[in-house]
Amino acid sequence: MNDAKIRISHVDKVFASRGKTVQALQDINLEIRPNEFITFVGASGCGKSTLLRSIGGLERHSAGDILVDGRAVDSPGIDRAMVFQHYSLYPWLTVMKNIKFCRQLKVVSDTVNSDADVEVASGRADALLNLMGLSAFADAYPNQLSGGMQQRVAIARALMPKPQILLMDEPFGALDAQTREVMHDLIRHVHRLEKSTILFVTHDVEEAIYLGGRIVLMAPRPGRIDSVYDVPLPAERHQDMKLSAEFLALKREILNRIRETSGMSTDLELLEQLSRSAPA
Amino acid sequence: MTAHRPLPETRPAAPPKAARWWVIRGDLPRGAIWGLALAGLLAPLLAWWAATTFGVSNPMFLPGPDAVIKRLGHWLTDEGLFADIAISVWRVMGGFCSSALLALPLGLYIGTYRPVQAFLEPLTDFIRYMPAVAFIPLVMLWVGIDEGSKILIIFIGTFFQMVLMVAEDVRRVPMAQIEAAQTMGASRYEVIKLVILPSARPALLDTLRITCGWAWTYLVVAELVAANSGLGYAILKAQRYMQTDKIFAGILLIGVIGLLTDQAFRWLGRLAFPWLKR
Repeated sequence: MNDAKIRISHVDKVFASRGKTVQALQDINLEIRPNEFITFVGASGCGKSTLLRSIGGLERHSAGDILVDGRAVDSPGIDRAMVFQHYSLYPWLTVMKNIKFCRQLKVVSDTVNSDADVEVASGRADALLNLMGLSAFADAYPNQLSGGMQQRVAIARALMPKPQILLMDEPFGALDAQTREVMHDLIRHVHRLEKSTILFVTHDVEEAIYLGGRIVLMAPRPGRIDSVYDVPLPAERHQDMKLSAEFLALKREILNRIRETSGMSTDLELLEQLSRSAPA
Repeated sequence: MTAHRPLPETRPAAPPKAARWWVIRGDLPRGAIWGLALAGLLAPLLAWWAATTFGVSNPMFLPGPDAVIKRLGHWLTDEGLFADIAISVWRVMGGFCSSALLALPLGLYIGTYRPVQAFLEPLTDFIRYMPAVAFIPLVMLWVGIDEGSKILIIFIGTFFQMVLMVAEDVRRVPMAQIEAAQTMGASRYEVIKLVILPSARPALLDTLRITCGWAWTYLVVAELVAANSGLGYAILKAQRYMQTDKIFAGILLIGVIGLLTDQAFRWLGRLAFPWLKR
């Protein structure tokens, strides 16, 4: 198999602090195809964010290989854009200047050789602004926008340098349920339009199923891949599918598996004991 | 089947309720805030005036506001008030600006790179606790008794605090802002220039505003060093001649100048960072 976009083999990550070591990732093996939409779920501490950050080059893994297009990852790069949960926008720049931020950077400006290139780039910025439904807010500052709009700016900014891989670390975790639904359809649309490979970390199983083509379930202590699910839904998705039988069956299966692997079971017997011993 | 209810009819707006004053972290009408601020400034003035007019205190120790104003007029016409203000402002600004000039880049490096922090922060912390006043004899020995020594004392008083505060401001820049730039391909230099510096600017201006106030508090100490001009010197000389009214005038003047520079910094902040407004 040489067509993998990202190949992760035998990756370990050990955090050491004050003499204690924590195995954040243990023997991770995964191959991700080009243009795949893959979501990561799992109980907290399972290492899903750490894995994403390692692929992004923001974290250095302790052992094993992460290959993107056959090249080993050792630092962040323009081919792998990252969208964070929050606080990543630049509050001193307007929405438009946030989106165009990468154009001041040398790696990007070196690719601009002519006036035509400049025009193409600013056309792309306008197109992204429209795609995100933000054309009326080009000159607004981030703190004048709602949380959902801020995340749309962050996504547009990440897409600006045409990354082949989009890494999303719980990007909608701080948004309310209604805004999140809108963002889900938007990001599916972006995936189709930009043909990018998307890796999406979330703690929301419904989100993981609705967005992903494949779901990677990770388990904590040590952080590892527990199981991988193929999502039995067509590429074209709509909100009603969340109530379909196969959707709910998969959701139940994944939720139960996360519960089993989390190591935090609710001990019903213990609860009953407690209520018996409570003063009447 | 669910019955959807129609929109409620619009009613005339109710008259606004009176503001409640004692709400934890509550808000007040603008007028009330200004009124309270003015009252807070005037109350001690009034108490001062009353205490001196009705003869509760000895004017030798506590001169009245009228005496202080008269002395201020005399200082202005005959004793070169503006020259004193000018030389003091120059000394404070000299010490403050040279301290800022060094503290800003140094703090930036301490706050950005761990090795620099490990190397310099303990040392700075150590020196910070040494009283600037105690350096006066040394400063006189090393630098002499001209302008340089006064500026150096103000510098010693502000610099070490300022470095640590600048480093802290720089460290407070959210990691997500830095990492977002890195995943867009920014180099280390670009991250510092395009993210860390602009992001920390409001906090840095605030640090400068606060340390500028400290620079003023070191003025009187600095002018202990064989000065023959300046507001601090005037206060010290007035003590020798028991001119309590001049001491009062000098202290109040420094207070007013400090308040004005503080407001200027705030105004500059509002002007330079329009995006901070909600």
